[in-house]
Amino acid sequence: MGLDIKIPIGLLFTILGVLLTIYGLTTIGDIELYSRSMNININLWTGLTMVVIGIILLATAKYRRDTVEKKES
Amino acid sequence: MDITFNLSWLDYTIMIVYFAFVLGIGWVLKKYMRSATDFLEAGRSIPAWVAGLAFIATNLGALEVIGMAANGAKYGLMTVHFYFIGAIPGMILLGIFMMPFYYGSKARSVPEYLKLRFDEKTRGFNAISFAVMTIFASGISMYALAMLMEVLLGWNFNFSLMISAIIVLIYVYMGGLSSAIYNEVLQFFLIVIGFAPLVVLGLINIGGWDGLKEALNTTAVANGFEESAYMHSWQNTGSPDSNPMGVGWFGVAMGLGLVLGCGYWCINFLVVQRAMAANSMSAARRTPLIGAIPKMFIPYLVIIPGMIAIALTYMPDSGFQLPVKGDSFDYDKAIPMLLGKYFPTGVLGLGLTALMASFMSGMAGNVTAFNTVWTYDIYQSYINPDKSDKHYLRVGQLTTVVGVIVSIGAAYMARFFNNIMDFLQLVFAFINAPLFATFVLGMFWKRATGHGAFYGLVSGTLAAAIHHGLTSPEGSHMLIKGGWLGTVVHYYPSEMAQNFWTAVYAFTACFMITVLVSVTTKQLKTNEQLTGLVWALTPRIKEDGVPWFRSPEILAVIVGIIAIAFTIYWW
Repeated sequence: MGLDIKIPIGLLFTILGVLLTIYGLTTIGDIELYSRSMNININLWTGLTMVVIGIILLATAKYRRDTVEKKES
Repeated sequence: MDITFNLSWLDYTIMIVYFAFVLGIGWVLKKYMRSATDFLEAGRSIPAWVAGLAFIATNLGALEVIGMAANGAKYGLMTVHFYFIGAIPGMILLGIFMMPFYYGSKARSVPEYLKLRFDEKTRGFNAISFAVMTIFASGISMYALAMLMEVLLGWNFNFSLMISAIIVLIYVYMGGLSSAIYNEVLQFFLIVIGFAPLVVLGLINIGGWDGLKEALNTTAVANGFEESAYMHSWQNTGSPDSNPMGVGWFGVAMGLGLVLGCGYWCINFLVVQRAMAANSMSAARRTPLIGAIPKMFIPYLVIIPGMIAIALTYMPDSGFQLPVKGDSFDYDKAIPMLLGKYFPTGVLGLGLTALMASFMSGMAGNVTAFNTVWTYDIYQSYINPDKSDKHYLRVGQLTTVVGVIVSIGAAYMARFFNNIMDFLQLVFAFINAPLFATFVLGMFWKRATGHGAFYGLVSGTLAAAIHHGLTSPEGSHMLIKGGWLGTVVHYYPSEMAQNFWTAVYAFTACFMITVLVSVTTKQLKTNEQLTGLVWALTPRIKEDGVPWFRSPEILAVIVGIIAIAFTIYWW
């Protein structure tokens, strides 16, 4: 079946990660918002982690596609 | 403590993006659905690592996440038994010994294997009970999710029920088992990233692993146990009275490890179906073993939050308290309350999305397993055989719709008759407990006969019912928890102990009666018919040209070593 599941997961993680990172950046120093998460900007950290995971997944998917194409040609 | 959340536009956006992706995957896969095999068996084309993650994700439903956190709060670290002795031996057994028969026999479902190996009545009994059970299981989890959304978000019960059911319906209708499996992998990633921040924040809050240990000492003493009772898995199992679960090591090893664990992971079609969809025999055998590796780390994600919740409850100045229900805590609220305590806007949306993802992966698993069993083992076998493949593809698709509608009905039944659901779950526990004995004898003893299997199953089910009817967990007054045969001959320290021992009795009864009836009846199957179905009559698989790191045996050894290391670490 022609679906490499790493691509949708990578895309989803990148999109959600960027959303959370931007929100985390705009709320830096928002003491009220982050009092419940022990003054940690958890949106920023979770967002960045998701972007990294997303990009790794997309990169491995692309690498695999390239090597398959090379083999075929 | 009020746990109604206020969601912002960001939280809703995260949920909507997730919904778009699950539906999108179904839509992409739609064009590959050309035959009944594509729809109901994923065309046997799934790569091993995808099948492996789906294998554990389908088990990681919302009820499992909420329930295992609840167990973590109630029983402490002993809950890890469900992830080690209650899972790993079963997964290794499935991958190394049992998968060759399932995959090699070309059976399309677990009941169909029973028909090939034994006879029609054994298959019919298994197929019908399994079909009814999956429908109720998906109904119950739907009910649980809708209840949670009602309590947490103030969403209308009917609205959350419909929206979650319709999304699962659409993506399974479009892409069948493939769509369910690929989505389960996506959902697995989301569940991990959604709950991980909860664990990190909880541990920071309580002062790390050492802080948790110390806080749980207070909890243990307050509950009348030794200080370390909540932080060990085996150490306090010498006597059932010295640990919060109320079970001794023998009950854990035999009841949970042998019967319930192996019985679930080796023969429940819900999970076995994922391995049977793999793209080769080798991939099918590796599926449960690949799944076993992340499985061993899931306790960090679901059990530790429960332990944090109970530890905080017993800390005087934590400002956190699990709500009380009856004469104990409402342990099921552990995860939702921690989400509310720690998550600000943003990750809150992510955490709730993870909860929904876990619900969907569990429900889609039930729906796809029901589709296959209904279409092949009931419809094609008893109602309308000898039709074209296109016909069965259509039936499979329509079954998805009917299955979801019936489970919505079951969800409303659960809402209005709570006890009926408990009762049904109990009945299914009776039916399932002895099944593992039937499979062990079927696969490894060629003399086991159809009559033997059928009467063994029936007597195992009866033994479970009788044992349950004559015993009761201490301090329980409800008939549904046992003792409904009038006299109670034994009291167990906990419900968990009663469950484990019910399973042991059911297994033993089924095993003995199957052997007894088999030796007194004629084997109606010839050796040729049993080739590929029984150990002694099946040529060993030679995997030439498979690199060592893809060998199921090597993988099983690695899994075993990690499991032993964890067991010692958490002793």
